[in-house]
Amino acid sequence: MARTATLQRYSSHPGWLRLTHWLNALAVLVMVTSGWRIFNASPFFDFSFPAALTLGGWLGGALQWHFAGMWLLFLNGVLYLMLNIATGRLFTRFFPLSPRGVLRDLSTALRGKLAHDDLSHYNQVQRLAYLFAIVDVALLIMSGLVLWKSVQFGLLRELLGGYEAARRVHFIAMALLMAFVAVHLVMVAVVPRTLLLMITGKGGKAS
Amino acid sequence: MTVDKSILDEARKLLAPRIHDLSRRKFLVRSLTLGGVAMLSGCNISDDKHVESALAGMSRFNDRVQGWLFDPKALAPVYDEAMITRPFPFNAFYGEDEAPSVEAASYRLEVTGLVADKRSWRLEELRAMAQVDQITRHICVEGWSAIGRWGGVRFSDFLQRVGADTSARFVGFKCADDYYTSIDMATALHPQTLLALTYDGQTLPRQYGFPMKLRMPTKLGYKNPKHIQAIFVTNTYPGGYWEDQGYNWFGGS
Repeated sequence: MARTATLQRYSSHPGWLRLTHWLNALAVLVMVTSGWRIFNASPFFDFSFPAALTLGGWLGGALQWHFAGMWLLFLNGVLYLMLNIATGRLFTRFFPLSPRGVLRDLSTALRGKLAHDDLSHYNQVQRLAYLFAIVDVALLIMSGLVLWKSVQFGLLRELLGGYEAARRVHFIAMALLMAFVAVHLVMVAVVPRTLLLMITGKGGKAS
Repeated sequence: MTVDKSILDEARKLLAPRIHDLSRRKFLVRSLTLGGVAMLSGCNISDDKHVESALAGMSRFNDRVQGWLFDPKALAPVYDEAMITRPFPFNAFYGEDEAPSVEAASYRLEVTGLVADKRSWRLEELRAMAQVDQITRHICVEGWSAIGRWGGVRFSDFLQRVGADTSARFVGFKCADDYYTSIDMATALHPQTLLALTYDGQTLPRQYGFPMKLRMPTKLGYKNPKHIQAIFVTNTYPGGYWEDQGYNWFGGS
């Protein structure tokens, strides 16, 4: 009994983490594909997203998906952050973090010498990338609130430089999140064990 | 302001390469223009009945959340004259040359529903009421925005004058271009909600909604009806042209 508890305490991917991770993946998929359709209605850059990659069928449908998906993204994100802080995981897994450490781990990674035998230990590039994803999603939600209700969230609107600036912030934060997802998926392909770990919670340590 | 030329443009772009027969294309484009643009792609998860009703349910939930978030005292930002977007974009579910011409002399605004005074209004009577002028941002559901200057009667003054039951839930509008929409009473009473009779200091031009439009800087463009012919106060949900096709009813910023 005590042993199980110890194992659970030190399990690198507890159930709540795996659940919030996959719910977040679903929410991001819905938000991004419906968001692209909304962007296409009035693009402020000289391109549109291919309709086949978008969700909703038309602007009204995409908006319905977007404003339903936002609740999943937001509530799941809040749950993740609260549990991450309450369990102390945020501080033990993501810190210490320093520019020097990031550069060191990046150079080791690029030389193909990064150790993956203990997946519960995040190298500093991972720490930075995951923390970036958290902050970026928070920025997406805040800029999204301004686009949704620019009068009611007046302070947030002014902080982001007004309604039109918030549109750009929202778009750029989306693009950065997509860049994160691309790198994230490549890394999963490089170390497939991480996928198994995120699904089952087992296999964190190579035997 | 209503609709969404670029939805139609999007639909046209989507269909154009697939349809070679010109007459068929014309027919399709017209039927899209007429019949609401919904359901363009043949096979889509959004078409599933359960998904559709779940999304509609979420949209109604978002109506309630927005009603709860709405602060009747929070004002939309106002801007300097130099920031006005020129020319201000025309936007409707029809082309600019198809905007209706309403005869000023014979115009009568019908007021019905939960109001004490149901007599019709002539344009001069509206012009005789206290006028206010404001430069605010118009935000379209498509995402773009433009700054314009509207002047007219504070809608709360008007509702008070006709003895409207301000505890009623909805105010509905019927328009000369067959557009219709409805808003919540809290927004109707917001100090920046105007029965706009002028644009940029001039009589409201035909393309912007002559003789009168409802201008609300706290709502998206499609909630701002033009060419208003009838106003009614009710507790029965009246819906709206785009709202009935899936746009969020509250549609507020």
